[in-house]
Amino acid sequence: MSELNTMETTVQTIITALKDKPGALLPILHAVQDALGYVPAESVPAIAKALQLSRAEVHGVISFYHYFRDTAPGKQTIHLCRAESCQAMGGKNLESHVKAHLGIDYHETTADGKFSLEPVYCLGNCACSPAMQIGHEIYGRVSTENFESIINQAEDLA
Amino acid sequence: MSITIFVPCDSTAISIGADRVAKAITQEAQKRNITIKLIRNGSRGLYWLEPMVEVLTDAGRIAYGPVQVSDVTSLFDADFVNGGAHPLYLGLTEEIEYLKKQQRLTFARIGITDPISLEDYISHEGYQGLSNALKLSQADIVKAVTDSGLRGRGGAAFPTGIKWNTVLNTPSEQKYIICNADEGDSGTFSDRMVMESDPFVLIEGMTIAGIAVGATQGYIYLRVEYPHAHVALNTAIEKAYAAGYLGDNIQGSGKTFNLEVRLGAGAYVCGEETSLMESLEGKRGLVRFKPPLPAISGLFGKPTVVNNVISLASVPIILDKGGDYYRDFGMGRSRGTLPLQLAGNIKRTGLVEVAFGMTLRELLYDFGGGSATGKTIKAVQVGGPLGSYLPESQFDTPLDYEAFAANWTVLGHGGVVAFDDTANMAELARYNMEFCAAESCGKCTPCRIGSTRGYEVMDEIIAGQALDKNIPLLRDLCNTLLNGSLCALGGMTPYPVLSALNHFPKDFGIDDQANTAV
Repeated sequence: MSELNTMETTVQTIITALKDKPGALLPILHAVQDALGYVPAESVPAIAKALQLSRAEVHGVISFYHYFRDTAPGKQTIHLCRAESCQAMGGKNLESHVKAHLGIDYHETTADGKFSLEPVYCLGNCACSPAMQIGHEIYGRVSTENFESIINQAEDLA
Repeated sequence: MSITIFVPCDSTAISIGADRVAKAITQEAQKRNITIKLIRNGSRGLYWLEPMVEVLTDAGRIAYGPVQVSDVTSLFDADFVNGGAHPLYLGLTEEIEYLKKQQRLTFARIGITDPISLEDYISHEGYQGLSNALKLSQADIVKAVTDSGLRGRGGAAFPTGIKWNTVLNTPSEQKYIICNADEGDSGTFSDRMVMESDPFVLIEGMTIAGIAVGATQGYIYLRVEYPHAHVALNTAIEKAYAAGYLGDNIQGSGKTFNLEVRLGAGAYVCGEETSLMESLEGKRGLVRFKPPLPAISGLFGKPTVVNNVISLASVPIILDKGGDYYRDFGMGRSRGTLPLQLAGNIKRTGLVEVAFGMTLRELLYDFGGGSATGKTIKAVQVGGPLGSYLPESQFDTPLDYEAFAANWTVLGHGGVVAFDDTANMAELARYNMEFCAAESCGKCTPCRIGSTRGYEVMDEIIAGQALDKNIPLLRDLCNTLLNGSLCALGGMTPYPVLSALNHFPKDFGIDDQANTAV
């Protein structure tokens, strides 16, 4: 099966399973992003049709929420916290270090496709700031010194 | 006697190594042929001591921390499994001053039990509130909550009982209970702790709310940034269904309550209740006009209770011990306790649940021990990214909704973020405007456009350009946001911005005199 066909089958299975839930759009978008890493533009017509929405409405929802993305992410996505508590513990320095180390800005992916970088406004880990999230793992007291070893470990887990 | 060891499964504890410590303890015990029972408890919220390992002894639970993997061998060498002496020995957990001085009502079980064990929950007074509620009329349940004086712990502090009463008295075939678990405020984590460390208390609180107002469906709107809480909630909900605490005919009462977790998608504004409901309905999270109130026309147009995690998690103890018991804590119109969260640049970060009335200074120094860096605490932001910065001169404000409001400050959800004297308040004010721009839903003009103009003006101020023109412009803009925004996002962003300007004018390049002249 071609890649597009696989994608379509995955999306269709998700739609069938979830479309009858009240307010089904966000659960569907989450499931699609969990399965594919992003919500491909090609999946929008099928989702819109199943929920009797216009494609513009579905696109509007995808673009409203920071978490949903319409392009494929790197192998790992680093969510770096920008909020006040992290700033109080050197978050801004860490932010410049991370960007320089990866050679990318927010919303970008490294050339080797290993990491995408996204800002996040609070991970609720404020008692051990600065914090970041990679996949489902949260990391606390991240510093310019230990950042590299954390992402190397995360790379091994990928 | 079998040996029981506790290593927290809380996400902050994990973020600094708790999983690795748990694994190392299991391996080391095997190596030494010691049989242990390892329980992944919730966190006590003494975060500067995490990962905090506890061991059960005849005298009680003894704590060691902060434990790293490299400490595990020496802990076993010191016979920590029997409470042996070690440099990381902290004594009996319950005797640690930080914990001992607290009044834990909502957090009574947190850190003690295995969060996803229903047996643990029940043996620690769980489901007694529901048991009492099932014997009461709907109006009497609402009355107990009203009598307790409980006010919305999400930050708005609206009396919970009044909200419930409106929903109870609005006839409808379908009503809903929504738990607002979109805890987006920086410096806050009490909701997360409840959901990760005692998910059943939230489930019980929502079930009581459902029975009280006649709602059969509940949703927990959880932020996607809380993956550990998501797993804990789903596991606990599944167990509650299996044991007849959710679903049809709850504990043989004939009452129905169903519960589902829905994930947000990284939009701060969805913590605003009407935007949250739009999101639950599958739409962009645009704020709705009020009225109609959600209690009359909420989710899918039906009467809906929207309460914060802590509000709902405080309901079981109120129904268990009575409204009067809860109301006897606190001061003035702020009754009960508030779980405060000490974060940012503070030495002893953590969760402090105390009755309303303690001063901010006591919290920062007696509990927090001052700044983490050892420098002077320059400012404290209380109440999240929409809360004012308090300078040292306001540290004696009692932690009470009205006392804070009188200072043009916000107690909100109880998040406290400390900054040392390296913080630049103008940079922070710029960030507050930038945050508002990033998170604005775009429905109203003051917030959508004002926030962007706000950080542009801040850029000029930080560059020292035309301060005589730009400072009044910033104030004027804040005035528009304050008075013209549809919800608290635009309406309260001026709190941090103007408090930074008013209390720290030098950071904005002006002296006190120039500031007051505007």
